[in-house]
Parts: sequence; C-alpha cells; structure tokens
Amino acid sequence: MSDTNDGARIRTASPFAAFDLGPQLSSVAVRLTVVLLLCAMLTMVSSSFLTTPNLLNVLRQASLIFLVAAGLTLVILTGGIDLSVGSTLSLAACLTAGVMKATGSPALGICTGLVVGIGVGLANGAMVAILKVPPFIATYGMLWVAQGLAYAYMQGDILHGFPPEFRFLGGGFFLGIPVPVYMMAVVLAAGAVFASRTNWGKDFYLIGANRTAAFLSGTPVRNRLLLVYALSGLTAGLAGVIYVARVNSAEAAIGEPLLLPVLAAVLIGGTSLFGGSGGLLGTAIGALILTLIINGMNLLQVKATWHPFVTGAILVIAVLIDQIMRERARRRA
Amino acid sequence: MMATATMATMRRASVTGVTYLIPAMILVFGWLSPRFLSAGNISNIALQSSVLLVIALPMTLVIMCEGIDLSQGPMIGLCGVITAMIISAGGSPSIGILAAIGLGLAVGLFNGALVALLRLPPFVVTLGAYGMAWGLALAITDGETIVGLGSSLTVFDTGRAIGVPVAVWIAATAYALCHLLLYHTKFGTYVFAIGGSHDALKLAGRSANAYHIAVYAFGGAMVGVASVLLTARMNSGHPTAAIGLEFDAIAAVIVGGTSFEKGNGWLFGTLLGVIAIGLLRNGLNLIAVPSALQVVCVGLLVIISLIVERLRSAP
Repeated sequence: MSDTNDGARIRTASPFAAFDLGPQLSSVAVRLTVVLLLCAMLTMVSSSFLTTPNLLNVLRQASLIFLVAAGLTLVILTGGIDLSVGSTLSLAACLTAGVMKATGSPALGICTGLVVGIGVGLANGAMVAILKVPPFIATYGMLWVAQGLAYAYMQGDILHGFPPEFRFLGGGFFLGIPVPVYMMAVVLAAGAVFASRTNWGKDFYLIGANRTAAFLSGTPVRNRLLLVYALSGLTAGLAGVIYVARVNSAEAAIGEPLLLPVLAAVLIGGTSLFGGSGGLLGTAIGALILTLIINGMNLLQVKATWHPFVTGAILVIAVLIDQIMRERARRRA
Repeated sequence: MMATATMATMRRASVTGVTYLIPAMILVFGWLSPRFLSAGNISNIALQSSVLLVIALPMTLVIMCEGIDLSQGPMIGLCGVITAMIISAGGSPSIGILAAIGLGLAVGLFNGALVALLRLPPFVVTLGAYGMAWGLALAITDGETIVGLGSSLTVFDTGRAIGVPVAVWIAATAYALCHLLLYHTKFGTYVFAIGGSHDALKLAGRSANAYHIAVYAFGGAMVGVASVLLTARMNSGHPTAAIGLEFDAIAAVIVGGTSFEKGNGWLFGTLLGVIAIGLLRNGLNLIAVPSALQVVCVGLLVIISLIVERLRSAP
C-alpha cells in the first residue's frame, strides 16, 4: 500500500508533478516501438499491408476502438471499471438509428445516441458512487440490462440506409483522411488535457491512487465518480453514432463483441487496472496495436472466428504485464 | 465472535428478501397463467433450474472469496462442444464426460492461479478466459452445431430414478457436496476467511492460496458437469448455447443474499435464488415476454437486490 500512498502524495504535493512526463513518455516510446515492429513484420508477411487503403482502414478501425476506450480509460484511472461500454454502444446505436428513421433528422438521432450514453453512464455512476456497489458487478448488471433493451427495441430487425450527410461521420473522408480519425484526435487532445492538466482530471488519478486520501483531502469523490461514468457512457454513445454511420446499419448485437478488444486496448496502452496511472495517449496507441494485430490476422487469412480467442489471450497477457511492472516498481521503491 | 454474529444477521436479512419474492412470484404468475402451476411446468422449472444450480453453487464460493467467474457461460459451450465432438466421432460417452470435466477443471486451475498467486482482478482474468473459451468453441466448430450424439446422453435428460429426473438428482448431489465442503471442512473455513479476513490470514502467517485456487478449480469442474447436462438436453453441442448463463448464476447468488464483501455467503440462499430466477424466467416465458426483456428483468432484479442489501447494511 505504501507505494500508492507515496504516489498520491507526490502528485498532490508537487505543482510540477502533472508536467513530469518522464515515465509516461518512455512508456509511450516503448509502445510506439511495438507499433513500428508490428508494422515492419506485417509489411514483410503481406504485400497488401503497406497500402494506403489498408493503412487508412487500420486508422479508422483504431479510432472507433479508441472512442469507446477513451471514457473507459478515465473510469479505470479512478480504480473502477465499466463492463457495459459495448452494450451501451449497442443501445445508443439502435436508438440513434430508430429516431433517425422515425424523424428523418440526423441531428435528433445523434442527440438521442449521446443522451442514451450519458443516461446509462449516470445510472452506472449512481450505483458505484452513491450506492457503493462494486463497479464490476454494477456495470456487469448494466451490460445485460442495456443489451436486453437494445434487443427488445430492435426485435431482431436491422435498420439500414441513412442520409449521406450522416454517413459522412463514419465513412467519409476529409483531406484524404477518414472522418473518425479527426474525432479520435479531438477526443484524444481534449481528454488528455482534461485528465492531466485540469483539477477535475487530476482528481481521477488521485481517486484511483488512493481513494481514502482523496476523500480526506476534500476531493468530491462522489461527484467525480458520477462524472467519470457519465463520460464513459458519453464516449460509448458517441462511438455508437459513428458505428452506425460507418456500417450504414444498426442491429442489437452491434456492440457485443467490442468489450474485449476495447478493454484490451486500454490495458495494452498501460493504464493500470488498479487505478491511478495511465492515460489516453497510451490508450490511443493501445487501440492502434490491437487493430494492427487484428488487421494482421485478416491479411494472413486467419478465420474471424479466432478473433475472440486472440483478444481474450491479449487481455490476460496485458494484465499480467501490468501486474509484473507494478511488482517491479514496488521493489524499486 | 463478531464474524459469526454478522453472518447470522446477514442470513436473517437475506431470508426476508428471497422468501418474500418466491411466494409473490408464484402468486402473480399463477394468476397470470393457469399453466404455471401445472405438474408438467413445475417439473420443467426443476429441470431448467438444475443446470443453473450446478454452476450457481460454485459461483457462491467464488463470490464469497470476493471474486467472480465470468467465464462459466462460454466454458459450458466449449466443454459441451468437446463432449459432443468426442461422442459423435465414435468415442465413448464416459470419455466425453470426463473430457468436459477435465477441461473445466484445467481452465478453473488457470483462472485460480492467476487470481490467487498473481493477484490479478478476477473479473478481468475470467473475462479473458471468457473470450478464449468463446473464441475456441467458435473456431473448432466454425460456429456450427455438433450433432450425431444418438442416445448416448439421453439418460441425463429424460432418465428418472425414483420418479425424479436424473438432472435433479445431480443438482441435489452437487448441493449436498457444496454444503459439506463449505460448512464441514477446512476448505470451507478457508473460503469464509479468504473473503472475510484476508488480512487476518496474512497476520496469522497462513497462506490460503491453495484453497483459493481450489475454489476456481472446483467451479471449473462443475462447469464441466453443467455442460454435460445441457448437451444432454439439447442432444447436440452448440458453441454459444450457454453464453449469458453465468449472468443467471451471478444473479441467483446475489438475489440469494451472498454479498461481494466480508465473506458473507449463504448456500441455501443460492438455492432459493436459483428457484427465484427459474420461476421468473419460466413465468415470463409463459406470459410471452420476449427473452431480451427477460434478461432486463433479471438485471433489474439484481440491481434492486444490490440496492436493498446496500440500504440494509448501511448504518
């Protein structure tokens, strides 16, 4: 426990602590090296890897994973977890599609998706922050509730065919680069500044590093937790909107397979499941690494049925590495 | 003994919750659907609940150790597919059954080792196992159902001994075994201690790691047993047949009054919880509520139980 105490004290005591990017930069460098190595390997094994359409495809895929993972990263920073992100995405996507079909207005559809996301997130936050239900069980219950609602709403239907100005959000290009990539850049920049430069964001780290210390030092833990789960719902809702725009259809199962890769991206990115360390930049690179691995499997014509097995294995390996790094840091301290 | 006192209060507290819920559901569903209380339907509920009980019992032990096992559903799928593949390839049914239980045991050991020895959070370890089991079951079957089991497993589906279905006997045996393990062995004492007084164990210089791993391994073996029952009922192996069953098991445990903290567990409560979930699912089926909304109802029941428990335990 002593290591986390020290971490929290340093972080709150030193005004420069937030600007000390030393360890964070080196971990980013390690992960970028992994990205380059993966790219080099994939270039060698497949001639279609290093082509503009494939690289843009990888970027677009990574940006969709990142959008879901962004809010989840903040939740994990506080020492919590949100297992409901995939089904929140499904519910938001289905309602976005439904409202858009009913009213013909993309703006109204997008608003619905975002509001649904925030609503689910707030419900999670209320269970965790106010009723003190362990996060993994509260959000696991929500996973099934949101998924069930999505299935009940769709009743097995698939909605498809949306206006082109809406589809631009997911499938369009601007200056030759897919639109979701710009969204990823905006969320990454805003989120990273918010998390590491504002007091609210720093509270997330503090709560994750030592919740008791955060509470005793006057941090409004309850409100911050409500906020962080709402943000997670918001990014899942946003990703749901973009997903519908990308595939130009919505069905209840749309977000179901996403929980594993998204959680894996956060953990590969170096955000610790034990809270208090990590960040959005890592998650962005994590999403890129995961997407490259999946892209590599596709290029090597590995059957898609193997994807869950590989992401499951990556998840376990990533959390193992996280734990080993923590042990090493503890021994050094 | 403070701990015993807390446990006794917990038990009383949970008695009131589930014991009101079950008669209430019997009344409501009995009123809404005349078929609900027919002999055929009651035997149907008993059959459906026996698979759930077989996995909810070890889930109780896992949750008492402040853990969770999310891998149960897809593991039942994987074990069932393996059994079905062995039998349809001409292997003997007993080898198929042993393979299922052995595979479950092995994955349980793996989960337990990562949780107990490396102190990884149980939900992420078992979520990883969830992905691997789901993916492996899909990959080896290509998503197809394995058929051609003949009548090798029908004894577990339609067989009866003294007028009671074999599946119910197996569930009853599992209950008796768990009761014995939890309340009358050193293993059970450790299970209460791992969740309730981990620090005390550490201070006493006792390592509970072996017992902690055994909890997950036992859960894995029971998943194998449940997979045999389910494969027998479908008379085929389907890779994704049981996905989500772990949620019903967790729901039964929570509704039954076992909590995630302080090693509070109540095996009989889990039995009541399984009956409650069985009645709810069956009753909703009879009044033609689509299965998606049934899941929502189970989820809401869980959330309400958690909230009620939290309000009750608040000072």
